[in-house]
Amino acid sequence: MFRPVNFAGANVRPEACPPSVADGPHIQETARQLMKILVPVKRVVDYNVKVRVKSDGTGVETAGVKMSMNPFDEIAVEEAVRLKEKGVASEVIAVSLGVAACQETIRTALAMGADRGILVESDAELQPLAVAKMLKAIVEKEDARLVILGKQAIDDDMSATGQMLAALLGWPQGTFASKVTIEGGSMTVVREVDGGLETVVLTLPAIITTDLRLNEPRYASLPNIMKARKKTIDTMKPADLGVDPAPRLTVVKVEEPAKRQAGRKVASVAELVDKLRNEAKVI
Amino acid sequence: MTALVLIDHEAGAIKQPSRSAIAAAAQLGEVHALVAGSGVQAAADAAAKLPGVTKVILADAPAYANALAEPLAALLVALAPAYSHLMAATTANGKNVMPRVAALLDSQPISDIAAVVDADTFVRPIYAGNAMATVKSSDAKKVITVRAASFDPVASEGGSASIEAAPAADAPATSRWLSAELSKSERPELTAARVVVSGGRGMQSGDNFKLIDPIADKLGAAVGASRAAVDAGFVPNDFQVGQTGKIVAPELYIAIGISGAIQHLAGMKDSKVIVAINKDEEAPIFQVADYGLVADLFVALPELAAELERG
Repeated sequence: MFRPVNFAGANVRPEACPPSVADGPHIQETARQLMKILVPVKRVVDYNVKVRVKSDGTGVETAGVKMSMNPFDEIAVEEAVRLKEKGVASEVIAVSLGVAACQETIRTALAMGADRGILVESDAELQPLAVAKMLKAIVEKEDARLVILGKQAIDDDMSATGQMLAALLGWPQGTFASKVTIEGGSMTVVREVDGGLETVVLTLPAIITTDLRLNEPRYASLPNIMKARKKTIDTMKPADLGVDPAPRLTVVKVEEPAKRQAGRKVASVAELVDKLRNEAKVI
Repeated sequence: MTALVLIDHEAGAIKQPSRSAIAAAAQLGEVHALVAGSGVQAAADAAAKLPGVTKVILADAPAYANALAEPLAALLVALAPAYSHLMAATTANGKNVMPRVAALLDSQPISDIAAVVDADTFVRPIYAGNAMATVKSSDAKKVITVRAASFDPVASEGGSASIEAAPAADAPATSRWLSAELSKSERPELTAARVVVSGGRGMQSGDNFKLIDPIADKLGAAVGASRAAVDAGFVPNDFQVGQTGKIVAPELYIAIGISGAIQHLAGMKDSKVIVAINKDEEAPIFQVADYGLVADLFVALPELAAELERG
């Protein structure tokens, strides 16, 4: 269901100017009612790649491996673009934090319909707490009223950034969302919980994290891919946001998980039941 | 060194994943349990009986009735000064609340730990369980969620902890619980079941999941599904076993018409005994199965139901 768009070689212009801030008070007020949405997008090893642990145990092999936007983030971009199409949002800003190549991930979001991008460039490892702090600074700078994030990144599987950003901003959170409805100053979120679904009402501004069934992300059309090349990406560094990005977790080692031995084939249902009863003794 | 474990409870009973979280916390030192909710004295009494718990903190107030993250996180932060580790099971509730707590404490959460190495160092799966990372935290307070399938749960009975009322904490009024639509089932919960029977894309339709029912009935099993079966609309998402669904580790896992995609294996490969029934003998599921049966499931399932009936 995920449709990565490849932007290798996309022309990126970090020198491009941010949108004018000279808009009149009336326009700013309208834009405030039609809120800005921020969508963080992470560049991760493509979900189809079978990852390999490096032989020195320092991590997984990422050199020469296909990278894509985190699938849950694609759902987040789609939801934000739909809210803009419905007239609920004024602008969708895609943000990525990481190496320079994250520009490609931002371009993918722009081709799906985001209006502009922000790249916080860092070659150092960024962990969710630092990312949440930097996103908070950007939310405040941009005066965004809604942030839609993927529920987890498929590389570190932390499932933490959205909740942490909500906490730092003092905003409510609608995690693992499968349906979002915005009306007036509040938002109704249907959440995927262990036993089924739960519905909560949040006062805006707020955070959403996306679950699989929220929507099905669109393909970027060729004209939109071309258009995306002209959209602006602002580049900054963690220090520009006043955040110390030092990791709090040190990776001691990374290993292959314990392998299961393949068992044996049985010839019939009767033999299977016999083995389960008399050999494995589990029924 | 004392750990505080946020307890998932329902109808006065402690959920099994929380009993696993207690087991993980017990490897670190003294364990206190936090029971929050409205009218939850019975759950606090049940938590006091968990072996290894020395104190139960009971936060009984309307604000905690539906486990909203905002008031629960504020409560945990208010209690945090007395603890070195704040923990919960990796459940929808734990995942929702604990990172929020961590941010408020300026701590990087350690999600979904599968082993405790020492007070600062933990093993956790990354890349859908295709690699295991050992990480060491430099934060003063560790905020942790625990992969229930990796720790044998403590028993339900045997302890005798004291129960103490939690001090009042701020309850932000920015979120409100509206309703829940929980799947009704006579069957055990997926994450707590001794036996799980799951169907995949090979089931071909939601209607065909009825073929699994008599087998699950006979074995007292929970019914699960692969993500492919959920995406195809055969069954609701809360059936999903896998990296993006539930992680299970029952004594017996029976995979029917499931090819064995990486993301599904990540959710069930810690099961004690795995059985695969699939007509494709090349299916990757057979590489992790203890017993594999290459067969058409539409023939094998009725046979299996009949064979179990005979026992």
